[in-house]
Amino acid sequence: MSERAPEPVTAAANPPIQPLPSNLLASDVIRASATAELPAPERQLTQVAKLIDVSKCIGCKACQSACIEWNDTHPDVEENVGVYENPHDLTPDMFTLMRFTEYENPKTNELEWLIRKDGCMHCADPGCLKACPAPGAIVQYSNGIVDFISDNCIGCGYCVTGCPFNIPRVSKTAHVSKKCTLCSDRVAVGQGPACAKACPTKAISFGTKESMIELAEERVEDLKSRGYDNAGLYDPQGVGGTHVMYVLHHADQPSLYAGLPDDPQISPVVRGWKGPAKTVGLAVAGLAAAGALLHGLFARANEVTPHDDEEAENLVDGAGHRGREA
Amino acid sequence: MTNAWTDIKNTDLVIVMGGNAAEAHPCGFKWVTEAKHHRGARLIVVDPRFNRTASVADVYAPIRPGSDIAFLMGVIRYCIENDKVQWEYVKNYTNASYLVRDDFGWADGLFNGYDEEKRDYDRTAWEYQLNEDGTVKADPTLADPRCVWNLLKEHVAAYTPDFVENLCGTPKERYLKICEMIAATSARDKVMTSLYALGWTQHSKGAQNIRGMAMLQLILGNVGLPGGGVNALRGHSNIQGLTDIGLLSNSLPGYMNLATEKEPDYATYMSTRGNKPLVPGQTSYWQNTPKFMVSFLKAMWGSAATKENDWGFEWLPKLDVPYYDILRMFDMMSRGEVNLYFCQGFNPLLSFPNRAKLTEGLSKLKLLVTIDPLKTETAHFWENHGIYNDVDSSKIMTEVLQLPATCFAEDEGATVNSGRWLQWHWPGATPPGEAKHDTWIMANIFLRVRELYRKEGGVCPEPILNLAWDYKDPTEPEPAELAQEMNGRALQTLYDPTDPTKVLVEAGKLLPNFAVMRDDGSTMSGCWIYAGSWTEDGNMMARRDNSDPGDIGTFLNWTFAWPANRRILYNRASCDLSGKPWDESRKLIEWNGEKWAGFDVPDIAVTAKPETVMPFIMTPEGTGRLFARRLMRDGPFPTHMEPFESPVENPFNAKLRGNPVARIFPEDVEQLGTSADYPCVATSYRLTEHFHYWTKHNRVNAVLQPEFFVEISEELAAERGIVKGGRVRVWNKRGEVWAKAVVTKRIRPLICGGKPVHVVGIPLHWGFMGAARKGFGPNSLTPFVGDANIDTPEFKAFLVNIEPAAEEASS
Amino acid sequence: MNIDLSRRSFLKLAGAGAAATSLGAMGFGVAEAATAAHVRAFKLATTTETRNVCTYCSVACGILMFSKGDLAAGEKAELIHIEGDADHPTNRGTLCPKGAALKDFVKSETRATKPRRRAPGSDRWEDISWEDAFDKIARALKDDRDANFIEKNATGVTVNRWTTTGFLAASGGTNETGWLTYKTVRAMGMVGFDNQARV
Repeated sequence: MSERAPEPVTAAANPPIQPLPSNLLASDVIRASATAELPAPERQLTQVAKLIDVSKCIGCKACQSACIEWNDTHPDVEENVGVYENPHDLTPDMFTLMRFTEYENPKTNELEWLIRKDGCMHCADPGCLKACPAPGAIVQYSNGIVDFISDNCIGCGYCVTGCPFNIPRVSKTAHVSKKCTLCSDRVAVGQGPACAKACPTKAISFGTKESMIELAEERVEDLKSRGYDNAGLYDPQGVGGTHVMYVLHHADQPSLYAGLPDDPQISPVVRGWKGPAKTVGLAVAGLAAAGALLHGLFARANEVTPHDDEEAENLVDGAGHRGREA
Repeated sequence: MTNAWTDIKNTDLVIVMGGNAAEAHPCGFKWVTEAKHHRGARLIVVDPRFNRTASVADVYAPIRPGSDIAFLMGVIRYCIENDKVQWEYVKNYTNASYLVRDDFGWADGLFNGYDEEKRDYDRTAWEYQLNEDGTVKADPTLADPRCVWNLLKEHVAAYTPDFVENLCGTPKERYLKICEMIAATSARDKVMTSLYALGWTQHSKGAQNIRGMAMLQLILGNVGLPGGGVNALRGHSNIQGLTDIGLLSNSLPGYMNLATEKEPDYATYMSTRGNKPLVPGQTSYWQNTPKFMVSFLKAMWGSAATKENDWGFEWLPKLDVPYYDILRMFDMMSRGEVNLYFCQGFNPLLSFPNRAKLTEGLSKLKLLVTIDPLKTETAHFWENHGIYNDVDSSKIMTEVLQLPATCFAEDEGATVNSGRWLQWHWPGATPPGEAKHDTWIMANIFLRVRELYRKEGGVCPEPILNLAWDYKDPTEPEPAELAQEMNGRALQTLYDPTDPTKVLVEAGKLLPNFAVMRDDGSTMSGCWIYAGSWTEDGNMMARRDNSDPGDIGTFLNWTFAWPANRRILYNRASCDLSGKPWDESRKLIEWNGEKWAGFDVPDIAVTAKPETVMPFIMTPEGTGRLFARRLMRDGPFPTHMEPFESPVENPFNAKLRGNPVARIFPEDVEQLGTSADYPCVATSYRLTEHFHYWTKHNRVNAVLQPEFFVEISEELAAERGIVKGGRVRVWNKRGEVWAKAVVTKRIRPLICGGKPVHVVGIPLHWGFMGAARKGFGPNSLTPFVGDANIDTPEFKAFLVNIEPAAEEASS
Repeated sequence: MNIDLSRRSFLKLAGAGAAATSLGAMGFGVAEAATAAHVRAFKLATTTETRNVCTYCSVACGILMFSKGDLAAGEKAELIHIEGDADHPTNRGTLCPKGAALKDFVKSETRATKPRRRAPGSDRWEDISWEDAFDKIARALKDDRDANFIEKNATGVTVNRWTTTGFLAASGGTNETGWLTYKTVRAMGMVGFDNQARV
């Protein structure tokens, strides 16, 4: 009775219109925020990845457009502030953004217009998930997708702090944190992400992580033939590798590309909180459930009041839980 | 396009000049990235701005707007000088060896025969030397000093790398590198493709820019080959189709021309269209013009078109001027000579130059009718929108009717892509409100006019009363009926001329192709080049078999390409004289000893012997033209001319302003400026986030590029005290606009004639209607003058001044 | 945002939650709460798919339109999504930033949805019926043509041309629309006839 939709292998496919049972099930979640114990997954999904080949990217923003349309978001019409970036930053309604850098290469004296699609990297070791105190608000599937589950989100913004790439954005009106889902709803029926399908020059590819690494190697070779001696793959190990990777002409200097971290790491503080998260896991899970409920009822701002703050401190310290290891 | 989008994957070298393919045609540009990735192809971009195409180029070179001819003639000079010529191709497939009349010549920036008063050339001498039998004289050894090749050599001699650097502002070292890369494709197994668009056409010598590249491609042997060609990347989704069908002031369907007053009857019209071959044995396909013409007239007027009445030829209008193009119409409008104007899916208030003049013209109409899915600026031209449309409604006496039309999602039919593919589409959405199909709207207008003529009589009613209108529902002809009408039918049974017992097409049946058309009234076809698109086998335009047996990108069973489902024009030239592909690895067709066959429909009679019939079947010569004879108003070779507004004098002749034969109306001359007052060169262009003036109505595209801006260099910004994101005023004699400033390293001052020339880039997507912020278009500033041959407005090179402006723009 | 999240601030939230309620009260087990995770329902399920071609540039990308309701079956069809057709040889499913947002062009708030008239000198629109609009147009065409049509030029040659009325046709429209427009405009003798080929 394997009625499930197939696992996706490419973004170049037409979507089904007949209802298909999802291939991304709750049982495929291998990690969840503020949740210590998860049942062992019944199966291991094939690891997927999106490869963004910066050397093929023309900065057309089709990815942004496809993202808005697929996710039914409504970013604001802003103004021009003298640059090509619009919106000016990632927002709760703009999960991906082309960032443009005019770089004068001192070695060649050539101008290079480095254009990078910014967005969630879907880290193998996701800082957002680690930082998140709301149980089940951030989950990681065995295929590598890190997804935000809005119903469980309390909008506290800790995921933003936990993210080494500064990606999630908290909505001031909906009080939930938003970011790229890697189009988990499309992946669940065997489709690739909307941005990867749309990308006119195939600068964005999608497939198994293995095949994307192979593709990257092919691209790196081509770039080297064009004089980019330091071309390479960006799959930073500081976060356990990522499920969104870049091919860079200057892989030795990722930060040239609008500040892509050279060596991203989860903040030690966040990393360290693995211990306490376990110990207070039960309590924390309870918070999120309540928060989600209240949020749904009142749509209030999920801010931590000074009162909460105090109570929390008392609770944690007073309960005599052991602090984290140094 | 001579080739197709999918064919670009076969190339070794892409040159994007006179266009910005990545920005304006991203999904077509995919095939450039494909060629780079899988074939190791290189990409050259030559543009005044380091644009999005340049961002993925191997080599980028800046160029001063309006100096492309010098650049291209310099490349030709380089190829000749360094013997980078595909000789077998040039000697056999071009007119290089033909002798030109002795009285043809060029001096001081002008060809012989110039009449300053008429702003025109006497072109008599721009012709081949002919034998007594009317065939062309040639010297296959290329020794004769009057042969095209030697005249070309002489013509391009002036365009040295130093000359080019000085005129175009392109650094010499960079220029020579590009020359070298281009010249390398003269090898038999190397091919270059040229991708261009309005960056070349929108100049007062636009057609000559393109000829420059066409000549270069012939010299390199790159026309007709997979991965080669001269590829116009057309703008709108069906601009190709509307041009094919002849919706232009002087056109008839299938690239036939409307008659002039000097050709008032059918016989006179045909007398100059015999197209007798200039070289014995050549195809000269236009010899079939009478068949296409009579079939067209039968499509128009059915049984009322008879041999006796010249098939209704008299009912077609006859021209007294070359064109009633849009510039001329708006000029007439501004003088009160036009009363009614219809804009169907067209927003001229933002599309044509000198917006002040356009507003003046529209204000003098009695009635303006817009038929459009959108609420356009043109429909609202009378409405005050502050500085963005500063008009006094009470003084504008034009009545306006805004008729809501459906859009692509709601209608059915074919559009023709740049590679000439006719692709059928189906409706999938209910039209909003009372929006209606254009066909219903046009039919209702026509039927009412016809009714008035029936009831009241009137002037020259015959062409209206006799117009073929045999549709199932006269108020809404179906797309299928109209498509079949264009394809054509046999009106009588057609027999094989060589075997009268053999039936080719039975009476009433759809024509299988244009080869069966007749000039005796027994066939009808609205647009001969579309014959074969809807046959007795069904709608060929709806075919969806995407297999590609040769893996060469032809996709012969995907929809239909005109002519005759051919995907690469002049493809016989992809083979050497004996009929073998120049490059076995890029085989498209070949001569198999008996006929031509392969992965494309051969562009030659399938049994035409390789050594006798040359590939350019549409010309009476059978060859490609390095020398254009009398066919171009401004010269048989491209010669450098400055834009009408330029900071630089024409180095050949300082007295010349712009193109010496381009039409310019007297009042518009008055509005030209000089670099003393307007020192910056402006150029207009599209951005990838928007499509013309349509997508500013779209909330998503409005997010991606919300507000009007201009782009300038850091140097100009510093000179004028302009800051990134600050507001600027840009102005000239014709108008002024306020914009945000994008200050960028991607534009640099160009050093021309020892002086820096600053470029101001002006994108064209904003207006006062829609979801994006209100703004201006470059057409508030552009000059009212067009190309000498086809009157395409000079949008790509004109003069402006620029200064910082107060944050709040004032009117 | 400050990446150096302090231990103290990190703890705030965890504790605050626990103070608010407890899991048991919500009736969930740990695992259940966490795996209440779900992906968004696939929004194209049970829609009607129609093949079309992008209306913008001449690359002419194949597109798939998804609607609620089947127009071909005579139903009202509301467009809910458009994406590229992966079977199309040119675009292979890709779309540019305009093409990817086609749905919002179709559903633009500034679509014209009813015939409107602006009277001479007026600063506003008024509604007009299709019938009245057509009658006005036909009358204006007939009157202008009869008044200004040039049957013969100064030398007596039949020229049958009409220059006081002009027509711009839509290069975003279909061939079939273009052909019907062509027939109508040319039959009347208009010469000020053009399309977007130059712009």
